[in-house]
Amino acid sequence: MSAITAEGVRPKKKLSPRKRAQRTRIAQYGVLVLLVVVAALFIDGRQVVAVFFRPDMVAKTISVRLPLAFFNTIAYTAGAFVVGLLGGTVLALMKLSQVGPYRWLATIYTEFFRGVPALIVLLAFGLLPLALPGLKIPLDPYGTVWTGLGLVSAAYMSETIRAGIQAVPKGQIEAARSLGMSSGMATRRIVLPQAFRIVTPPLTNEMVLLTKDSSLVYVLGLTTNGYDLTKFGKDLSNTYANVTPLVIAGLSYLVITLPLTFLVRKMEARQARSK
Amino acid sequence: MSVEVQKIPTGNREDEIQVYDLHKSFGDLEVLTGIDLVVHRGEVVCVIGPSGSGKSTLLRCINLLEQPTKGRIFILNDEITDPDADVDHIRTLMGMVFQSFNLFPHLTALENCTVALTQVKKLSAAQARAVGMENLHKVGLGDRGDSYPLQMSGGQQQRVAIARALSMDPELMLFDEPTSALDPELVGDVLSVMRDLAAGGMTMMVVTHEMAFAREVADRVIFMDGGVIVEQGPPAEVIGNPKEERTRTFLRRVLDPTHLDTPDDEKSATSDRSGPPEAPIEGRPHRSRLFGL
Repeated sequence: MSAITAEGVRPKKKLSPRKRAQRTRIAQYGVLVLLVVVAALFIDGRQVVAVFFRPDMVAKTISVRLPLAFFNTIAYTAGAFVVGLLGGTVLALMKLSQVGPYRWLATIYTEFFRGVPALIVLLAFGLLPLALPGLKIPLDPYGTVWTGLGLVSAAYMSETIRAGIQAVPKGQIEAARSLGMSSGMATRRIVLPQAFRIVTPPLTNEMVLLTKDSSLVYVLGLTTNGYDLTKFGKDLSNTYANVTPLVIAGLSYLVITLPLTFLVRKMEARQARSK
Repeated sequence: MSVEVQKIPTGNREDEIQVYDLHKSFGDLEVLTGIDLVVHRGEVVCVIGPSGSGKSTLLRCINLLEQPTKGRIFILNDEITDPDADVDHIRTLMGMVFQSFNLFPHLTALENCTVALTQVKKLSAAQARAVGMENLHKVGLGDRGDSYPLQMSGGQQQRVAIARALSMDPELMLFDEPTSALDPELVGDVLSVMRDLAAGGMTMMVVTHEMAFAREVADRVIFMDGGVIVEQGPPAEVIGNPKEERTRTFLRRVLDPTHLDTPDDEKSATSDRSGPPEAPIEGRPHRSRLFGL
């Protein structure tokens, strides 16, 4: 019925699908060109470069402590990842436990730390010594950062790892048990190695997120030597009233995260092939 | 029932598997309703029957992959259904081969064979390797030890799975439809490995749809339907000349699949059937082994 109306009312305007796609494409290019023209007309390029990418500021940023901040960011992330991985594995096993209270505890933990901003967790964590006066986390500041960030990432990773464990076919456990392996042995030797193979791409993604989240550690009140990339860039930017140090800091994150994302894509492609 | 139950367990080491009054339900669904069964040392028992008849469940109950609802099961006079039983140990006495192979994909063929040897039997890596290689040779895959399961054909994978089970040096082997997931041209290799095993005197319980194999290799064929053992005996009797109507109906469908398409044949076929679907094999050379029952 609609076909009849369409033909009857405006028979000339009916375009072939290919024609229509072509016109849409032309319109899209048009918008793009327009945007570039407007940008060129209204933005003073030299001013922008002077604020965001001043050559002498670039040199200054790179020479002053950038390597240390870069190292700190990597160290914070790597340590927190290890803590998160261990915690996440324990939580995942708890979630799959036969013992009800373990499951509940793990679920409460996960929902709490996933639902609360990481910034608040870190803030509270920094004030923990007030509540527990004797508490002294070793390897300051790394220990504090690793635990604080690790607690949060454990919550996220536990869900991923749980899904990975459940993705291992039941027949694998049955085969292991039929060979006389105990349940724990089957989990350690057969299930977990396969589960981690499955979750390596999502966990690497988690590492990318963690790299960026490590920028929150400034709330823990770090000394200059403990500055991460963000805090380092922000301080320099404030001092010189210029955005260049922050831009450099941002680009430094890309140096870490882009290879990771690339790695994830390769791993996912390989997994897709082997299926 | 041909199994006379006098003493539980019989106490005879030759009675490797003893099953008494086995029941298994999944929720409201009763899958096994009272199975009594003794499998003797060196005996090859093939379990046949329509899908859903409970034959796989029976096999899985025997090594406690399924927890029976009721009943007792003894393996070499150790009760595996005893709540205090060392189930892990009793399981090392029986190898299990699955329909879907269930090889460990993250381990090589050889490592599949050795992982339980080093972990469970606490063998050294070198000892385990020797045992694993020996069993891979036995199934004709001595040169594929370093291959990963996914690099192998289905038939090869299933043979690795048999080698893996054999590596634990089990007293008996359970096969759960070992060839059902295989392409037809790969079935033969697996069956010939199983034939060799049987000839070597291994106690075997095989759930299968391979009637020719059952006829040729089995000492006893068990026909199950509706969660009970309907009929059992030598293959020449159960497959060659079945007494029960249910067995006849099943065999007709399996041996002549065209009947599936013409359900009307069921009634007429019963009456005009002049003989068994295939002539019983006579004068089969007997291997030197205990012939059960």
